[in-house]
Amino acid sequence: MKVSRTKSFALALLVVLVIGVQLLTQATETTYYLTQLTMSAYYGLVVIGLSVLMGYAGQISIGHAGFFAIGGYLSAALTTQNLVALQASPVIKFLGSLGVLVAGQDLYGEQLLTITPWAACIFAVLVAAVIAVILGVPVLKLKGHYLAMATLGFGIIIFRIALAAEYFGEADGISEVPGFVLLPAVAGLPGLTVSGDFGHRVENYYIAWAMLIIGMVLLLNLIDSRIGRALRSIHGSEEAAEAVGVNTARLKLSVFVLSAVFAALAGVFLTHYNGGIGPSEASVMKSVRYVALVAVGGMANLWGVLIMGVSLTFLSLRGVFGSYDDAVFGAILIGVMLFAPNGILSIRGKAVLARLKKTTDGDGGN
Amino acid sequence: MTLELFSQYLFAGVTYGIMYAIVAIGFNIIYNTTGIINFAQGEFVMLGGMISISLLQVMPLPAAIGLAVLITMAVGALIEIVFIRWLDNPSVLRLIIITIGLSILIREMALHIWGESIRSLPYFYGNEITTIGIGSVRISPQVLWVIGVCGIIVLGLSLFFKVVPLGREMRACSANRTAAILCGINTRNMVTFSFMLSAGIGALAGCVMSPITYTQYDSGTALAIKGFTVAILGGLGNSMGAVVAGILLGIIEAFSVSILPLAYQDVISITILLIILFVRPHGLFGSSEAAGLKEF
Amino acid sequence: MKEVLKKVVLATAACCLLVAPAVQAENLKIGAIFAVTGGASFLGGPEARSAEMVVEEINKAGGINGNTIELIIKDSGASPEKAISFAKQLIEEDKVLAIIGPSTSGETMKLKKIAEQGKTPLISCGAAEVIVNPVAKYVFKTPQKDSFAVQKIYGEMNKMGIKKIAVVAGNTGFGKAGKKQLLDAAEKFGIEVAAAETYDKKATDLTALVAKLMADKEIQAVVNWSIVPAQAIIAKNMRQAGWEVPLFQSHGFGNIKYVEAAGAAAEGIIFPAGRLLIADSLPDADPQKALLLKYKNDYETKYKEAASTFGGHGYDAITVLIAAIENGGADRDKIRNAIEKLDGFPGTGGVFTYSPEDHNGLGIDSFVMLTVKDGKFVPYEGK
Repeated sequence: MKVSRTKSFALALLVVLVIGVQLLTQATETTYYLTQLTMSAYYGLVVIGLSVLMGYAGQISIGHAGFFAIGGYLSAALTTQNLVALQASPVIKFLGSLGVLVAGQDLYGEQLLTITPWAACIFAVLVAAVIAVILGVPVLKLKGHYLAMATLGFGIIIFRIALAAEYFGEADGISEVPGFVLLPAVAGLPGLTVSGDFGHRVENYYIAWAMLIIGMVLLLNLIDSRIGRALRSIHGSEEAAEAVGVNTARLKLSVFVLSAVFAALAGVFLTHYNGGIGPSEASVMKSVRYVALVAVGGMANLWGVLIMGVSLTFLSLRGVFGSYDDAVFGAILIGVMLFAPNGILSIRGKAVLARLKKTTDGDGGN
Repeated sequence: MTLELFSQYLFAGVTYGIMYAIVAIGFNIIYNTTGIINFAQGEFVMLGGMISISLLQVMPLPAAIGLAVLITMAVGALIEIVFIRWLDNPSVLRLIIITIGLSILIREMALHIWGESIRSLPYFYGNEITTIGIGSVRISPQVLWVIGVCGIIVLGLSLFFKVVPLGREMRACSANRTAAILCGINTRNMVTFSFMLSAGIGALAGCVMSPITYTQYDSGTALAIKGFTVAILGGLGNSMGAVVAGILLGIIEAFSVSILPLAYQDVISITILLIILFVRPHGLFGSSEAAGLKEF
Repeated sequence: MKEVLKKVVLATAACCLLVAPAVQAENLKIGAIFAVTGGASFLGGPEARSAEMVVEEINKAGGINGNTIELIIKDSGASPEKAISFAKQLIEEDKVLAIIGPSTSGETMKLKKIAEQGKTPLISCGAAEVIVNPVAKYVFKTPQKDSFAVQKIYGEMNKMGIKKIAVVAGNTGFGKAGKKQLLDAAEKFGIEVAAAETYDKKATDLTALVAKLMADKEIQAVVNWSIVPAQAIIAKNMRQAGWEVPLFQSHGFGNIKYVEAAGAAAEGIIFPAGRLLIADSLPDADPQKALLLKYKNDYETKYKEAASTFGGHGYDAITVLIAAIENGGADRDKIRNAIEKLDGFPGTGGVFTYSPEDHNGLGIDSFVMLTVKDGKFVPYEGK
C-alpha cells in the first residue's frame, strides 16, 4: 500500500509541476520554453519505454530510433502522399468508404487527397508493433553482443530504407506534414490538434505531457505488478526465472513490443508536431542517444530516466552544448557507466556513505 | 554477365572484403582476451590515417606510418588503462556502452582537432590513376598493398600467438582466465596488450586504406559496423574466419550492385548478418561449443 | 520581478543547469543555423566560419549605422528536428531580425512554414530548387539553382555531341535534387539517361558501380552530382578502370580539396561553378572580381584553408542580409522587402537580383564551366 501511495504522490507532483511550469511561463511571457519542453516530452516517452526493456528486462536495444522512425515516417508519408491521381482505383474508393481519407488543399492551391492522421497513426503504430513481434522472436533469443548487434542492424536497415526510398523523401525526409486533429472543435469547445503552429503551443505542451504521464502510469503499474517482478527475475537470471515457471521468452517479447509502441507513438506525434521528419531521426546516433539517456537515468529507475531523459534532451534541443552536442553525450555515457552505473541520480551522499561503510566493514565484495 | 564484368565485380568485392576483414581482426583480438567488443575499433583506423597524414608533413611516409601506428597503440593502451582496467567485473552491457561512448568521444575530438575536411595519404606506388592489369581487370597497386598488409597481419598474428611467449600468454588468458592467473600470468596486462595490438593493427589498416578510401573524422563508424558484421559472420574471435567472411561479404556487396540500386547495398549486408545471427549466432566458421563456453 | 520569475522558470525547466542570458545591449540580432558538425559539416563548417568572419569585420568597423551585429550560431548537425527547435527559439525567444541557413535542403523545407508563420526572413544555404519554388514570402536562398547547373552541363554535352549518359548522385539532399533535375531536363536536350544510381555519402570505393556502368558501352559521359568526398572517389575509380568517357560534376565539386583528393584522376573533369574558384583570372571589369578576391584572401588568411563555394553561400547569405538591413532598417518585414529589392548585388555565387517572383536572385550566367588542369580550376574552353 505504501508503495502505491508514494507512486501516486510522485505522479501528482509531476502533474502539478507540469501545470505550474505552464502557468509560470504564461505569467512571465516566456511560453517559448514550451516548444522544447513539448519535444523533450515525446523523446521522454521513447526513453521510458526503453528503460523498461533495458533496465527491468535487461535487454539492450541499439535500434529504438528505428521504431520511432517507423511511426514518424509512416504517418508522415501517409498524411502527405497525394492520392488524387489514384482516386479511381478500387483500393482508394474502399478507403474512402471507410472514412479514412481527407480532401484538402495545399499552401499553393493544389487539390489534395490524403489519409487522415488518425488512420495513419493507428496504421503506423500497428506496423511498428508487428515488426517488433517479427523481429523480437528471433532477436530476443540472443544475448550480450549478439543482441546489441542485431538491434543495431535493425536500426541501420530502417535508416537505410528511409534514406534510399523515394517514398520517404530520401535525404530530405518528409515535410509539410499536416496537424493531427485529435479532437475536432465542437459546440464552441476548442479542439485538440497536434501541430507546431505558434497558436497551438500550450495545448500541445499538455498533449505531450499527458502522453508522457499516461505512459509513466502504465509502466509504473506494470513494474509493480507480477509481470514486473517476473521481469526483474529475468534480469537477475533467466534460467532461475524459467525454473520458477516464468515464460521468459513471451515476457521479453511483450516488453520489447511495448517499448517499440511507445517509440512509434512518440514518432507519430513528434512528426506531426514538427511538421516533418528527416533521416536523422532514424540514425544510429539517435538510438545510441536513447541508450545513453536510459543509462544516465539509471536503467531500472523510471523516474530517473524520465528526469534525465527530458532535461538532457531539453538542453540539447536548445543548443546549449553547441557543436559539442554529440561529444557531451559520449562523455556522459562513459562517465555514468564508469562511476555511476545505476544512473546519475544514484549518486547520493547516503549511498556513498553506505558504500564506504560496506568497504570498511570488510565484506564489500559481491 | 560477361566474364569481364564478373571478374571486375569479383576484384571490387575482394578489395572491400579485405578492408572489412582487417577491422574485424582488430575486434577479434580484444574479444579473445577480454570478451569485450570494442565499439571504438573503427576509431583506431581513423586515428591511424589522420595521425600519419599529419606526420607526413614532417617526415617520410614509412616513418610517418610507423610512428602513427605506435601513437595509436599508445592511445589504445591509454584507453584500456583509464576506462576499462580498474572496473571490477563489469557487465557486458556496461562495456558495450562504455566503448560506444569512447567511439563518439574520439570521433568528436578528431572533428575538433582535424576539422571536417577529408584527407588522404598519397598512393604508396604510382598515383591515383596508375593501374595494373590482371587479365581484363585493372586494379590499383594500392589494392595489392592492402591485400599484402592483411596477409602479413594474419600470418604475423598466428605466429605471434603460437611462438612468441607474450602471444602464448594472451592465448592462455583467452582460453581460461582463472588457469592463466594460476600460472602466474598477469591477465590485466594481457588485456592492455590486446588493446595495444588491436589499436596498432587498426592504425596500420587505416594507413594503407587511406589513399583508396580517404580519411575523415567520422570514417571510423561505418568501418566499425562493417567490421563487426564480418567478425560475427566469421565467428567472433576467429581471425581466419574473419578474412573469409570479409571477402564473402565484400563479394556479395559488389555483386548486389548488379541487381539492386546501390542505395540499398547496406540493407543487404545487414540483412545477411541478421539471418546469420538468427540461425547460426556463432557465425559461419565458429563452433557453437566454443561460443557456448563464452559468457555472452 | 519578471526577470526573477523568468529565472525560476528556466531553472525548473532545465533542472538548474541553465543561466538566463546576460542583459543585452541594443544589438542587431541575427540567427544562424548551420550543420557545423554531423554529416553535412563540410557545408556548415565553412558557412559558419564565413558568416562569423563577415560579422567580426563589420563590427570592428563600427557595425551597421553604429549598431553592432550579434550573430547567434546554432549547430544543427544536419538534423531537421534540431533545426526546427532552433528556428522557433531564434524567432520567438531571441527575437532575431532574420535567420541565415540552414545548410541542407531537407532542413530548409521544414523551416519554410515556421519562417512564414513567424514572419522572419530566412536566407537558406540549401541548394534544392523547391526551397524557392513555389515562392514563400519570407524564404530566400543564395546557392545557384541546380536547374541552371543542369542546363549548363547539358548545353555543353549538346556541343560535344553526347547523347547517352549515366547519372550518379550522393544520397544527400543536394544529390537528390540534382538527380531529379538531371532526369527531368534530359529529354528537352535530347539526352538519354541510361542509368541513374545513388551512392552512400560515406562510400569509400565505387569500383563495382563503375564496372556496372562501364558495361554499357553506349554511355558517352557520366554526370556525378554530390557534395561528398565520394565525388573524388568516383573520378579515381573511373580512371583506374580505364574508362575514358568525360566526367561531369556538379557545382558541389567547387572545393579544391576534392581535386587534391582525386589527384591525377581529377584532370579534365568538367563542371559548372560560380566565379569564386577562378577569381584570379577574371577580367578586371568583372563586377564580382574585387569581392571574390577579398573574400578568398580574408578567409584563407583567417582560417588557413582554401575558400570553397560552400563557404561562399554562407558569405552571400550574411552579406545579402546586412545589405537589406542597411537599405531597409532593423525590422523583419522591412528586411524582407529590402531583400526583394536588391538589384545587381555582387556576391560570391553571382550577381544577385531578387524580386517577388525570384527568391534566389541568380541567373544562369552566375555559372561558368570550369575544368581541372594541373590540379587547378581553370575556365573550360571546350574541346
